[in-house]
Amino acid sequence: MRRILAALLLLLGGGVAAAPVVVGDAIPASLTGSPGDAARGRAIVLDRQRGLCLLCHSGPFPKERFQGDLAPNLAGAGARLSEGQLRLRMVDGRQLNPDTIMPSYFSLDGLVRVGRAWQGRTVLTAEEIEDVVAFLAGLRD
Amino acid sequence: MRQLAAAALAALTLGAAPRSGFETMTPELQAMQRDDLANPGMLYVADGEALWAQEGCGSCHAVAAMRGVAARYPALDAASQTPIDLTDRIAQCREARQGKPALPPEAAPMLALAAFVAHQSRGMPLQPDAQLEGARRQGEALFRERRGQLNLSCAQCHDDNAGRKLAGSTIPEGHANGYPLYRLEWQGLGSLQRRLRNCIAGVRSEPYPPGAPEYVALEAYLAARARGLVVESPAVRP
Ligand code: HEC
Ligand code: HEC
Repeated sequence: MRRILAALLLLLGGGVAAAPVVVGDAIPASLTGSPGDAARGRAIVLDRQRGLCLLCHSGPFPKERFQGDLAPNLAGAGARLSEGQLRLRMVDGRQLNPDTIMPSYFSLDGLVRVGRAWQGRTVLTAEEIEDVVAFLAGLRD
Repeated sequence: MRQLAAAALAALTLGAAPRSGFETMTPELQAMQRDDLANPGMLYVADGEALWAQEGCGSCHAVAAMRGVAARYPALDAASQTPIDLTDRIAQCREARQGKPALPPEAAPMLALAAFVAHQSRGMPLQPDAQLEGARRQGEALFRERRGQLNLSCAQCHDDNAGRKLAGSTIPEGHANGYPLYRLEWQGLGSLQRRLRNCIAGVRSEPYPPGAPEYVALEAYLAARARGLVVESPAVRP
């Protein structure tokens, strides 16, 4: 049921019928079929209500106050990881580390007691995932 | 040296002693909590003392008999054989014994009464009620359950990442030994259930309805987990 929902969301959000295909430790294909927008991705990463990334991560954002230290620094993420690898880490990092504390931004699998306002919704849409991936891919040093 | 290393190892294997959220606050906030004239929670304690007299609590209890009560709550209610917390007990005294209308659990008069009663135990070590083993176990399971759209458990923050920074906030070990307490963010006194609701909503999970048994189970586990700490009520937190 959850899987069907996720597939449905994909359909609505991105116009792609199949669930993301994982190859090795990556999702090579764009979830929407087209590349994301890095500037929009940056805004999502910095937004503490949408991306929430800086709750846990710090990154090369000298003007941002209050960055978290629960997770690796995002600087150089695009040099360490390919777009496909970044995409899988955003979609569902549990596939690489079942105990990860990083939320799965594009999966509804196994969630418990989700708040009413958030039910049936992934944290980000397919388009937003692509925007964030495009931004992270550009963090080269 | 060897002895030190052995002691350190023992502490690790036994689980280090719990650290109150007080320990990781700024020196300014610690000073505010310590100084009764600066601690805003003391204003509520004073209100609670006035209410205690006005509401006739004294016709059944001496204030001195309240010493140590908060240190052993939540406790087993003998009549119903269910675990109840201090707020539930105060509500029960009013409604069942005094025949008065219920006080809303989060409204100022209840918080003030609870703060006054809890304050009588300040400095006393927590003595979790051993009869609450079932609730404690249920609470521990809830503490370890990943939940909400962000899929995080209490333990992932408060056991695994205590002391680290979640954005600007230092994650405390999540001990409940200072409630009700004054939070700067709330600009007022708040209950433990309010804190738990905030943490639950923070991971985009559905909070339990007010007064749900899950809260008391979590409270029973938190009390056992904080064993070794003393009551700080009314504490101050950022
Ligand atoms: C609740 C904590 C948390 C949040 C929120 C979070 N992450 Fe993560 N992230 C982690 C942790 C911890 C890791 C380390 C990998 C692991 O746990 O398996 C990680 C790993 C990563 C990696 C791989 C880094 C590397 O160098 O290998 C990337 C890229 C990443 N996160 C990006 C993001 C972005 C972008 C966001 C927001 C849209 C985000 N994260 C939100 C905790 C978080
Ligand atoms: C994503 C991280 C996170 C999760 C998950 C979380 N908390 Fe918290 N909790 C915090 C932070 C951060 C604070 C400190 C509040 C602040 O300073 O803003 C806190 C404070 C607390 C406190 C008060 C500690 C004190 O010293 O006053 C208690 C008790 C608590 N949490 C219990 C829980 C319980 C029970 C759960 C699960 C139902 C939970 N928390 C889930 C981050 C979390």
